[in-house]
Amino acid sequence: MKLFRTIAVAAGLLLAFAEAQAAQTNVAVAANFTDAAREIAALFKKTGHEAVLSFGASGQFYTQITQGAPFQVFLSADESRPKKLVEEGLAVAGSRFTYAIGKLVLWSQSPGIVTGEETLKAASFAKLSICNPAAAPYGLAAVETMKSLKLYDALKPKLVEGATITQAYQFVETGNAEVGFVALSQLTGQDAGSRWVVPQALYNPIRQDAVLLKTGAGNEAAGAFISFLRGPEARAIIEKYGYVLDGQS
Amino acid sequence: MEIWSTEIRQSVLLTIELAAISTVILLVLATPLAWWLARAKSWWTEIVASMVALPLVLPPTVLGFYLLVLLGPDGPGGWIASLWGDRTLAFSFEGLVIGSVVYSMPFVVQPIRNAFAAMGERPLEVAATLRTSPLRTFWTVAVPLARPGFLTGAVLGFAHTVGEFGLVLMIGGNIPGRTKVLSVAIFDYVETSRWREASVLAGLMVIFAFVVILTMTLIDKRAARATA
Repeated sequence: MKLFRTIAVAAGLLLAFAEAQAAQTNVAVAANFTDAAREIAALFKKTGHEAVLSFGASGQFYTQITQGAPFQVFLSADESRPKKLVEEGLAVAGSRFTYAIGKLVLWSQSPGIVTGEETLKAASFAKLSICNPAAAPYGLAAVETMKSLKLYDALKPKLVEGATITQAYQFVETGNAEVGFVALSQLTGQDAGSRWVVPQALYNPIRQDAVLLKTGAGNEAAGAFISFLRGPEARAIIEKYGYVLDGQS
Repeated sequence: MEIWSTEIRQSVLLTIELAAISTVILLVLATPLAWWLARAKSWWTEIVASMVALPLVLPPTVLGFYLLVLLGPDGPGGWIASLWGDRTLAFSFEGLVIGSVVYSMPFVVQPIRNAFAAMGERPLEVAATLRTSPLRTFWTVAVPLARPGFLTGAVLGFAHTVGEFGLVLMIGGNIPGRTKVLSVAIFDYVETSRWREASVLAGLMVIFAFVVILTMTLIDKRAARATA
């Protein structure tokens, strides 16, 4: 009798757990979108669902998703990786859309250091931090910018790479690198230091696409999160963080 | 595609160089420390021993965080770097050596300390009755007797430096030829879906780890036979 009761309680707990799971979705978020995603996820809670966020480099998530990572939604920092996931049958066709267009910034903690492209030309710094161009779209945009200015070969010996844009930012924040290419979104709410918002003509637009993964096709919370991301509240947050929305420029 | 590319060769050589230099420095620092830890009877011996052993327990991210700040322009590392006109020791080979020495220290100190402790007072007393100077006793009696401990310490220190990842990822900056060591290169390849390169390097690491463990076992066995 006692054993039976234990089993019943355990089963009840399991059921409750499963129910809690159903209202939850795991979202892989490109590191540049960290703060915005946190704010969006906090608002999303009022729908009764919960988005559990993981942050990393887009390339890293792509690899993990191809290996069956338990994410239902992927907010990439580019459009090519979500596109590839759709082509490979790992994401739901037609669910892909551009949730934000990112802006690249050259940033320094000290005032007066970054004034514009002449900062890169003069190169009077020892270290320039970027994120890994092979794994993170903002790193690629940084390389494109330097190439457009024909400064890439000259600056290459000074480059240090973070695994994510968060790390590239942190290298500048700790003062280990004097300047760095970061995302405009990372500088939201802080005016310290000096910055140069890189003109769009110098790099390909960072179209950040979201996609519903196949694993999330039947997940109510995942679908709800995608629709919420398209909604006015989320869009207002995305704009606040310095992103451009698709269809406006 | 060439498997043994310059990129891969560079990271293998860099890793070996880092591990070799770190091991030499580790042995130089660990020997007097281990000697003191094995002999001293003061109450704070174990406190120092515990501090040396901290990296065994701490996640590499803790060390990485401290080192990033300490090596930076506002820390002592920045001051040292300014001696040759740099701003920071992070992102440099020297910075990685410092990190590796801290991180691998317990793996070198512990076996040497054990070896010194295991020989007991007797051989040293015998040497003293023969009027051998303490320094000479150390080199001609203690060090040869503790040889298995030194071997184990050197192998472990080397291997642990080769296997270091989190710390290097946090303070290295992924610079080819300077801070992009094997473990970071593998991470990079996996992240960017270049699995052929990743599997070459990962395979090398498996073989290396196997050789290390086998070597350790053989050293232990020989040491056991020698004392038996």
